Amino acid sequence: MNSAVLLNIARFVLLLAAQVIVFNNINFFGYLNPFPYVLFILLYPVNGNKSGLLLASFLLGIIMDMFCNSGGVHAAASVTLAYLRPAFFKFSFGVSYEYQTVKINDKLTPERFSFILISVITHHFILFLLETFRLNFFFNILIQTIFCTLFTILISILIIYLFKPSKR
Amino acid sequence: MQQIFNFIFKNSHKLLFLLLLLISFVLTIQSHSYHKSKVISSANFLTGGIYERINSISEYFHLKQQNSELAVENARLKMLLFNLKDTTKIPDIDTIKGVKKIDIIVSKVIHNSYSSPENYLTINSGVNQGVKTDMGVVNDLGIVGIVEKTSANFATVQSILNLNSKINAKLKKSNHFGTLTWDGKNTGYVQLIDIPRLSSARKGDTIVTGGQSDIFPENIGIGTIEKLYLEEKTNYYYIDIRLFNDMTNLGHVYIIKSKDREEILKLETETKKNE
Repeated sequence: MNSAVLLNIARFVLLLAAQVIVFNNINFFGYLNPFPYVLFILLYPVNGNKSGLLLASFLLGIIMDMFCNSGGVHAAASVTLAYLRPAFFKFSFGVSYEYQTVKINDKLTPERFSFILISVITHHFILFLLETFRLNFFFNILIQTIFCTLFTILISILIIYLFKPSKR
Repeated sequence: MQQIFNFIFKNSHKLLFLLLLLISFVLTIQSHSYHKSKVISSANFLTGGIYERINSISEYFHLKQQNSELAVENARLKMLLFNLKDTTKIPDIDTIKGVKKIDIIVSKVIHNSYSSPENYLTINSGVNQGVKTDMGVVNDLGIVGIVEKTSANFATVQSILNLNSKINAKLKKSNHFGTLTWDGKNTGYVQLIDIPRLSSARKGDTIVTGGQSDIFPENIGIGTIEKLYLEEKTNYYYIDIRLFNDMTNLGHVYIIKSKDREEILKLETETKKNE
């Protein structure tokens, strides 16, 4: 057990606890909740075990579904995000991202911001599409995706800055 | 054979993704399509236990309001009791069997949800307390929902704020029946459909539960009419109802256990079999 594995397990538990205890009860404007638990998938090491990430994301999502009584929507969204993550890395950091030292939890640059934005939008769109499961609510799904994405990104960046102050 | 194994090893990442996605899709579709088959629910030992811990802290913030609500309900019940003229004519007791038709189980909402299109509540009583699937849940102001899934000590409740919820309801003054649904937009309002035009419904009329379902007893309050639309094609009203209940703030609830229900269900299934 090296420190990276322990760090990821701690992040998994803490983000899940914060999500269930605090962020699921915000209900801003009556229906908006941020989902900063996706940070676990975003902050997973770039060169880490990919199948491990898929399994961990599925577990994360299915535990969220248990707490939200929502079937398997969080699991589906999280697994899809975990699978598409390398493609988003390529999109934001360029083709040779694996050879650079990409760190997400550091000072906010346009590359990092675009990566977080595209990941959170994808996750939330799948989440709300499956949660509603009716195409005549499509406009509501889009509106909810946009506002929730803004909310989640705000909270996620706050969390990143809170726990990783930039070293000078 | 070698090639099959090679294929599996080469694409193990993709195959694992597809397998996990398939599992979550099956769970999602199950939870949307048939309302008795929820596999993943918060009525289990782990999630129910955690929600009860959280609730035991957060309930202190609502003590004052809960007290005043209980006092109001006590006052109303006292008023009913004092105004009762003849105590021998209590209609709830069946004099031949000597038992009441309806039992009430007191319970508490430990997790409330109202922000998604399909909302479920978690309450802290289950099979051990006598709660079963398809029992009605009400509080002192009006109806709350229907029990969906139970475990030993917890149960989930399909809230009336759920797109799948369909409850029999009627106008209090004229006994015209309709179906209570929710359009998924506002937590303070639900919709009543299939009320015929000749019912002469007006704004401000009271809506109560109808006697056609065996889940809720008759005449439990739901809300008042806020807006009426007449659908030209069908000549039925589409009615917006302002709820008596504040669904965003629920505390103690009562679960209605109808003793006739099992008999009715048995009779109905036997009738269908004979057809």
